[in-house]
Amino acid sequence: MNVVPEKLTAKDFATDQEVRWCPGCGDYAILRGVQNALALIGAKKENTVFVSGIGCAARFPYYVATYGFHTIHGRAPAVATGVKLANPELDVWVVGGDGDMLSIGGNHLMHVVRRNVDLQLLILNNEIYGLTKGQYSPTSRAGTKSPSTPMGSVEQPVSALVYALGSNARFIARSIDSLQKHMPEVLKRAHAHKGTSVVEILQNCIVYNDDVFADITERSIASDRQLQCEHGKPLLFGKDKNKGLRMNTQTLSLETVTVGENGVTEADVIVHDEKNRVLATLLAALEPPMPVALGVIYCDPAPSYETGVMAQVDAAKAKAPNPQLNGLLRAGYTWTRS
Amino acid sequence: MSSASASVAATTQRPREELESVVIRFAGDSGDGMQLTGSQFTQAAALAGNDLATFPDFPAEIRAPVGTTFGVSAFQINFGARKIMTAGDQLDVLVAMNPAALKVELHNLRIGGLLVLDTDEFDERNLKKAGYAASPLNDKSLDKYRVLQLRISDLTMEAVKESGVSKREALRCKNFWTLGLVYWMYGRELTFTTDWIQRRFGKEPTLAAANTAALKAGHAFGETAEISGDISGFTVRPADLAPGLYRTVSGGEALAWGLVAGTQLAGLRLFFGSYPITPASPLLHILSTLKQFDVVTFQAEDEIAAACSAVGASYAGMMGITSSSGPGVALKGETIGLAIGTELPLIVVNSQRAGPSTGMPTKTEQSDLYQAVYGRNADAPLVVLAARSPADCFEVGIEAVRLATRYMTPVMLLTDGYIANAAEPWLVPDVTKLKPFPATFATDPAGFHPFRRDDKTLARNWAVPGTPGLEHRIGGIEKSYDTGHISYDSANHQRMTNVRKAKIDNIAHDIPAQVVEQGTETGELAVIGWGSTFGPISRAVSNMRGEGFDVSQIHLRHIWPLPANLGELLRGFKQVIVPEMNTGQLVTVLRAEYLVPAKGLNKVSGQPFKIGEIETAIRAALEQ
Ligand code: SF4
Repeated sequence: MNVVPEKLTAKDFATDQEVRWCPGCGDYAILRGVQNALALIGAKKENTVFVSGIGCAARFPYYVATYGFHTIHGRAPAVATGVKLANPELDVWVVGGDGDMLSIGGNHLMHVVRRNVDLQLLILNNEIYGLTKGQYSPTSRAGTKSPSTPMGSVEQPVSALVYALGSNARFIARSIDSLQKHMPEVLKRAHAHKGTSVVEILQNCIVYNDDVFADITERSIASDRQLQCEHGKPLLFGKDKNKGLRMNTQTLSLETVTVGENGVTEADVIVHDEKNRVLATLLAALEPPMPVALGVIYCDPAPSYETGVMAQVDAAKAKAPNPQLNGLLRAGYTWTRS
Repeated sequence: MSSASASVAATTQRPREELESVVIRFAGDSGDGMQLTGSQFTQAAALAGNDLATFPDFPAEIRAPVGTTFGVSAFQINFGARKIMTAGDQLDVLVAMNPAALKVELHNLRIGGLLVLDTDEFDERNLKKAGYAASPLNDKSLDKYRVLQLRISDLTMEAVKESGVSKREALRCKNFWTLGLVYWMYGRELTFTTDWIQRRFGKEPTLAAANTAALKAGHAFGETAEISGDISGFTVRPADLAPGLYRTVSGGEALAWGLVAGTQLAGLRLFFGSYPITPASPLLHILSTLKQFDVVTFQAEDEIAAACSAVGASYAGMMGITSSSGPGVALKGETIGLAIGTELPLIVVNSQRAGPSTGMPTKTEQSDLYQAVYGRNADAPLVVLAARSPADCFEVGIEAVRLATRYMTPVMLLTDGYIANAAEPWLVPDVTKLKPFPATFATDPAGFHPFRRDDKTLARNWAVPGTPGLEHRIGGIEKSYDTGHISYDSANHQRMTNVRKAKIDNIAHDIPAQVVEQGTETGELAVIGWGSTFGPISRAVSNMRGEGFDVSQIHLRHIWPLPANLGELLRGFKQVIVPEMNTGQLVTVLRAEYLVPAKGLNKVSGQPFKIGEIETAIRAALEQ
């Protein structure tokens, strides 16, 4: 008898655990977005694993009704690599914040991306340490005042996506906690990509860093500060979609132009090519007052790590079918005493 | 002393002298191929039926400056017609390929021992590099020994000249010339090594021809030369070993195979996550060649990732294993705590080395026992096992898998640099006769929660991703005993801490009762050890018992939990001595656990115990 599996809804991916983020935290919206994405892609609960490290964002697995492993600070990518190598059939998601992924776990992030382990890696970036009560993080802007930097931070921040590209990422995308329609679609693309898909989600920490992304999300300026990257489409933005990005060949940088002004036509605006690594690097680095790139910024698949590892295991097994340990122990020089 | 090269002539061979055992050490520059020479000689001795123990002793630097004392690489082998327990205290024969080797190693040679020297290397430059003001060949400093001064470099050049190799290549054949001579000394067959040369240099026929010619020339030199009058050939008869099929095995090999065997007995697949570190890397190298056994190896970006990947693999249903040496294990500490808290099987192999910090990476020590037993934050008990010899690693590897999976716990498996690299003959077991201990995965959703426990073992059930209906979340946060959900309840934390401790403590009843290796079960003195001190302790105790001393030997495999009967056993002796290559770690544990007046015998020189050192301690204890 063929049982047609019931289509799961976002609700089916919620657990009975009381969610313990601060009221108004952007993580709620991201949780909702992820649960919607799981329903959208038809994820199977039993085959899905969420792995996290430590931090506010890392509480994520407790609230998703799949398999979940809440590990230790910074190490989720390494644990997830072991999970995926043990069972490549599993659909593995890694969730962490900016401190977890880019400070204590920066090394593991680099290597999971470089190896291209097939998993979705969500960086919930709120530019602050939430769980430890508000210290500046590796993505905090210079000058950020925090309990550990009362006179302002004198460090320069790291860009999550530029770092990922520098580590040879084959997929990078960005969304915002409040973009409830956008986020599931981006996550769907990330899921479809075989290899490490790095997705940065800008997340508002209402308690320690409220409105840090206001220069991107504030309703009055949002359309000028948010650029939707769509493969094959011109990089246009603005309320009237008449602003665009043009390559300044003199300075090798992106510049904002307005179509219809100063002789600029739509043909001058760059058409997004998600396989173009150079363009991706320029887009990933954009920050206000330029528009911030959202959507799939780069996607150029390459063989995934676990596929290569298992291919070697399979090749070794094919070469030596049904190997006997007794045979191994007796290979080489042996002698018999009677 | 006469230069032997002058007297190469057909002579009547003197009868071979019979010896019970011989300790020989090949020492030379790092580039002289001493490790190769030693391992070839080891195989030849094994094939001749001797029992044996080896001790490769090489410098930390990959290529130290040529001719310096810190570039000296040595390989020691003790072989005999009797049971061999250690690589030997004092040398019967020292082969020194240059002045630096002589300078570093001479103090190990017994008075009257045989010294084989390549005099071609004793020029002013090399003497100076070794720190000799005057040549030891010309003063009386070597008079206590029998010295064979041979122009080995010249003789090798002469031997290989037909093969057409360059001068540089010719000189690199010196070790084979020397090996040939030593083969002659002990009446060994050349075939093992000539076959090896063919395999090794198959694609470079001139090198194969040169090395073979050097080997044969060295051998022929022994046969035809009347070497300095008082050196004859020797016979070392086969040892009386149990019948069966033998091979030589290093600790690295035996451990890799034991872990594979254990994983098979558990019905699991093996995952090995590791980061290169001396002296633990052989395990990574060996396991990475065993993919046909469904072994997955992962060279991680660091020690932490290595341990984390193993925990992730265990979570997903494989036998996760990681390995390192002390400094690396320190880095893995937090991850081991995660495996303790989430109660996942994990094996952590520690090939101990001299420390603290980087210490002396290639020198052996047993100073990580505290780290293994106690070295984590919070109350974090786990199982600690220790292998006593290279071959013993096989059984200990299996036992580690058994305990890790049956009790859902990390197991720390201690070896050391000596065990990892040394080799010994091994009566090859039939793995099909080993008793399986299949691991079980939870599959039934009825009443499931991730921390439901087995009444007897207290192990939680193991539910792996991919199993429908058992989706659950685990992590480092404290879990509710009753539901497995996160819990900050203080009474629950007490209960969970208690059950984690009880689970490990109970293992004491699932491991063999501690036996006495030698001697009576009660008496005047027990010598109790663990790990690679087994060899020297065994020989020392057997020698002293031979002299009529009332001394028994106890050797631990299970360091934590300790065997259930150990306290009673120790209390049956008036005195207890604990020899360890640390400043007194097991002795502290034993005193703390059993309140017995155990005393330490401690050494941290980077070299294994000498039998004589332990004998002296036994004598002192019993004659006081
Ligand atoms: S501290 Fe900030 S990030 Fe953490 S839960 Fe509260 S609002 Fe969210």
